Amino acid sequence: MVEHYKPVKYKAWELTLEERFKEYYPPLSEREACLEANRCLYCYDAPCMVACPTHIDIPTFIKKIATGNVKGSARAILESNLLGATCARVCPVEELCEGSCVLGVDHKPIMIGRLQRYATDHARQHNMTFFSQGEPNGFKIAIIGAGPAGLSCAGELSKLGFSVTCFEKSKLAGGLDTYGIVVFREPVEVSLSEVKAIEELGATIKTGVSVGTDITVADLLSNYDALFVAIGLGAVPQMGIPGEDLHGVVDGLDFISQTKTSPLREIKFGRRVAVVGAGNTAIDCATIVRRLGAERVMMIYRRSEAEMPCYHFEYEFALREGVSFMFLTQPIEVFGEGSVAGLKCMRMDLGLPDASGRRSPVPIAGSEFLLPCDMVIKAIGQEKHVHMLDELAKFGVSATSKGYIEVDDVTKRTANPKIFAGGDCIRSKGEASTVMAVQDGKLAAKAIFQQFVLGTAGRAPVLPAARGLHKHG
Amino acid sequence: MANLEINFCGIKSPNPFWLASAPPTNSAYQVQKAFEQGWGGAVWKTVGAPVLNVCNRYGTMDYRGSKVIGLNNVELISDRSLEVNLKEIRETKRNFPNHAVIVSVMVESTKDAWQQIVRQVEDTGADGLELNFGCPHGMSERGMGSAMGQVPEYTQMVTEWVMASATKPVIVKLTPNVTDIVQPARAAVAGGASALSLINTINSVMGVDLDTFEISPNIGGKGGHGGYAGPAVKPIALHLVSSVASNPEIQRSGVPISGIGGIETWQDALEFILLGSTSVQVCTAVMHWGFRIVEDMIDGLSNWMDDKGFKSIHELVGKSVRRISSFGDFDLGFQTVARVDHQKCIQCNLCYIACNDSAHQCIDLKDLKLTGVANERLWPVVREEDCAGCDLCSKVCPVDDCITMVEVNTGRPHITWNELVKSTPEVLEWDKMEEYRRRAKIKIH
Repeated sequence: MVEHYKPVKYKAWELTLEERFKEYYPPLSEREACLEANRCLYCYDAPCMVACPTHIDIPTFIKKIATGNVKGSARAILESNLLGATCARVCPVEELCEGSCVLGVDHKPIMIGRLQRYATDHARQHNMTFFSQGEPNGFKIAIIGAGPAGLSCAGELSKLGFSVTCFEKSKLAGGLDTYGIVVFREPVEVSLSEVKAIEELGATIKTGVSVGTDITVADLLSNYDALFVAIGLGAVPQMGIPGEDLHGVVDGLDFISQTKTSPLREIKFGRRVAVVGAGNTAIDCATIVRRLGAERVMMIYRRSEAEMPCYHFEYEFALREGVSFMFLTQPIEVFGEGSVAGLKCMRMDLGLPDASGRRSPVPIAGSEFLLPCDMVIKAIGQEKHVHMLDELAKFGVSATSKGYIEVDDVTKRTANPKIFAGGDCIRSKGEASTVMAVQDGKLAAKAIFQQFVLGTAGRAPVLPAARGLHKHG
Repeated sequence: MANLEINFCGIKSPNPFWLASAPPTNSAYQVQKAFEQGWGGAVWKTVGAPVLNVCNRYGTMDYRGSKVIGLNNVELISDRSLEVNLKEIRETKRNFPNHAVIVSVMVESTKDAWQQIVRQVEDTGADGLELNFGCPHGMSERGMGSAMGQVPEYTQMVTEWVMASATKPVIVKLTPNVTDIVQPARAAVAGGASALSLINTINSVMGVDLDTFEISPNIGGKGGHGGYAGPAVKPIALHLVSSVASNPEIQRSGVPISGIGGIETWQDALEFILLGSTSVQVCTAVMHWGFRIVEDMIDGLSNWMDDKGFKSIHELVGKSVRRISSFGDFDLGFQTVARVDHQKCIQCNLCYIACNDSAHQCIDLKDLKLTGVANERLWPVVREEDCAGCDLCSKVCPVDDCITMVEVNTGRPHITWNELVKSTPEVLEWDKMEEYRRRAKIKIH
């Protein structure tokens, strides 16, 4: 993320636990927002808009901040992205909008993410609503999963007059926005207020309902006209090494979700912590546990810096937080009696590129060593929802060899014309992110509208505004 | 280092930077502090008739996050007593004998009142007087200030009264709130003025509060016109200064000009000097930033003069005045076209939309494949044969020297409008004009 106006002086030792978990970037003041908005060139055919997976009209929303029309700005954002407040905080803006800003050529790109947060915060703080439920069109849609893809689809469908019901197995809706994003990046209230906004559009969200257990896919298909599958991915997989069941070995996603939903003082953590993995989730776990008070946090990664899957700004953030990195290191055993006492690792070398194109790690014989630690957090990816894929397969939904649901790129329709899917469960290529999930939900909603209301699956998209199907609030 | 000293109709000043008659020159404390920080001269805030001020006195024009692009005021002339002012002027001149101390004056419109104030001011040892014929608010309603300056006959009459008793140089300060500033300027010269200063502030209403519906500045729920100054008025001031400086009658009289209006930097000051000012006066910039700004004004001017090889300010005064011309004398054969440097272009494409929406639709967006990057964005490309040479594109381009206007030879005759209508008067009819255009190879896209 681009440098900010007010420098953040983070000195953990001067802050209380609660202060350490406040949002990392302070909100922009009105003056900061105005100055930054005025720096925007208001490009014609702006590249930031193209780079945004949801194609938010960025120059327009920024211009509106500059003119003091913050209400109009928030509307311009939410028109393209109902989860604009979350995306403002969690989007990898350096890779997307800000990365394409023409000002990046010789000076600083516009802080698009923080301006988007400024506008959407304003709307939330003033309880503004911009859209309303469309005239009922008689079609009923079920959505499995109320994460960003499910919520986006639910909101867009509600605007178009569909009767929408989301089935969410967790206690709260929002998916990873609620449970999986570090609290100093996004407070849980932001995600929950987006959930509330979707409900206010008329969508019903049933939480604590697990499809496959409490209700079957067959039930849904017989009671609803179409199904949107937005089940995301599952738990962190086993590392497949001895000692993995010892007390003190935790699932990284579970660990993050605790910091979102439990009082900070009740969270258990170690003094010397090994985090296995080097993706964005691994970084989140490492920085959280540092902020909780761990003395030493070591990231264990079997390849080198260059192959790390996390965003570079996340890597830099972790370094600033005092996390140390042990590259070319492979954990081979968790040891301890009852609970973790250390991690046995082995040194690696880089060999020839593997199937992912990255140079593959090759163990160095006899290089084993012991790393004393009292907690191991594993963050080495997420499992696929195999049971659900099997269930869907019964209805003709196909999956890729890697276990992602196969969909049409434009319509997000699966091999079954009544089943659509989006979000991380289809993300077989490209980065899994909230903003991509939001766009999937939007595209699926558009395709469902065309297929059921217009009755022409192949027709060019008709914008809802042009049809006057939703009122301007 | 270049010599910045000036001699302004006998008034000597270590540099051309003077404080204008305004709130920064309200007291000995302020003027002496300013001299210590480097100001070469000061025109003391107008002394004369008794007044009472109101609150609030200022309104500002803020633009895209920048404060005080323009400043408007309804403050009156000095509200301190004449006696205190005269005492402090005397003290200031005594402490700073080498600085220019000029006193702005304004009294009711009688010969006795004007001649009395002249005597009182001269008695302080001040170097000269400036007649305030420009204040557009408060005083004008009482028949003073711009009420004087807007009527050339009054300007001449009062100037004559003053000149009859003055022994020191007298500057007449002109109001811009007239149709043709040359008229009062000539009247002042006819009345015997030693010098002219311009511009005073411009009539203005700064704005309306969208919550309270009050006028800015808000004076107890009411508001009215005030005098507008600051960076936003500079182009207007440059025009008026150049109109006066290029007038043959004024030129023959040889009276020097003190340029005023939105000067904030040494560059601004130079532009006024090149268009005929011998000294420049500053107010708004000081009100915004304090007296300290003069340090860079002196330093910047001096460095520029050294770089360009100029030894004294007097070499520069009016150097660009000969270029002030009028539409009828411009060369119709001078042709330029826009060229975009794609090495520098950042593809904001503002030039494209400006040309397309507001000019002559002669920039296209083209896939030039210059970078080898996948999904390369379109580049702006000028169709030179259609380019009208208006220069809008380069003006909206945010990158320095990315779009340049290049002179091209299109074979058009080098003739002025005045010459054309003299030699070919029939071009004033459309069909003949079209014929002429065909002959002259002038294509309107």
